[in-house]
Amino acid sequence: MTIHVRFFASLREQTGIDSKEVDADGLGTIRDLWCAVTGRPIDESTLVAVNKTYAGPESSIADGDEVAFFPPITGG
Amino acid sequence: MGSVKIELRDTLFLTFRELECFRQKFSRFQDYGACSIFIGTMRDYNEGDRVLSMHLEYYPGMTEQKLAEIVNEARKNYEVLDGLLLHRVGDVQPGEDIVLVAVWSTHRKDAFGACRMIMEELKSTAPFWKKETLAGGDRWVEKNTPGK
Repeated sequence: MTIHVRFFASLREQTGIDSKEVDADGLGTIRDLWCAVTGRPIDESTLVAVNKTYAGPESSIADGDEVAFFPPITGG
Repeated sequence: MGSVKIELRDTLFLTFRELECFRQKFSRFQDYGACSIFIGTMRDYNEGDRVLSMHLEYYPGMTEQKLAEIVNEARKNYEVLDGLLLHRVGDVQPGEDIVLVAVWSTHRKDAFGACRMIMEELKSTAPFWKKETLAGGDRWVEKNTPGK
């Protein structure tokens, strides 16, 4: 199972990752995916989108998904 | 039902010129009894520091999708005859407008309500991130001020 993972704003700078393809076999949830990619637990303030729709850390992932992680938003 | 124009702009827009140009295209002028407008502008200070410039990052695809959802949700709650929503992305200078929300309705209750709802939802759910440039370097803005 391959997941396209993206990081935005301060999370991109913290992780040093803009985007990458992740082999996610054995990973069930967004939380698992975050831990596998970053090596640390997900911060509860981190926002997540799956295929450009908001999701939660316990949401499941499927082959081909685009999963984006970003900090609280500050537009407007 | 009229339309709501939504656009991301990577260069300066002249807000009142945009409003006037948009108004020129109205086909149902006699139906409008109210217009509510919100304009958000970049300040040259934040958290006690002088801000020299700002960069607005967004999530291409999701940001546009979310703005459309926000407008659609507002239209379920309020009568919106026409609307205009512009938001800057990229580099912004102090004094430049960042966001424009304009709603035309029959009555002020709907115009005020829809304009506020769109703006508050945008501030809390549309993926944009501000990075400020100060004299001593750059920093990410970590939170928005509450609107209510």
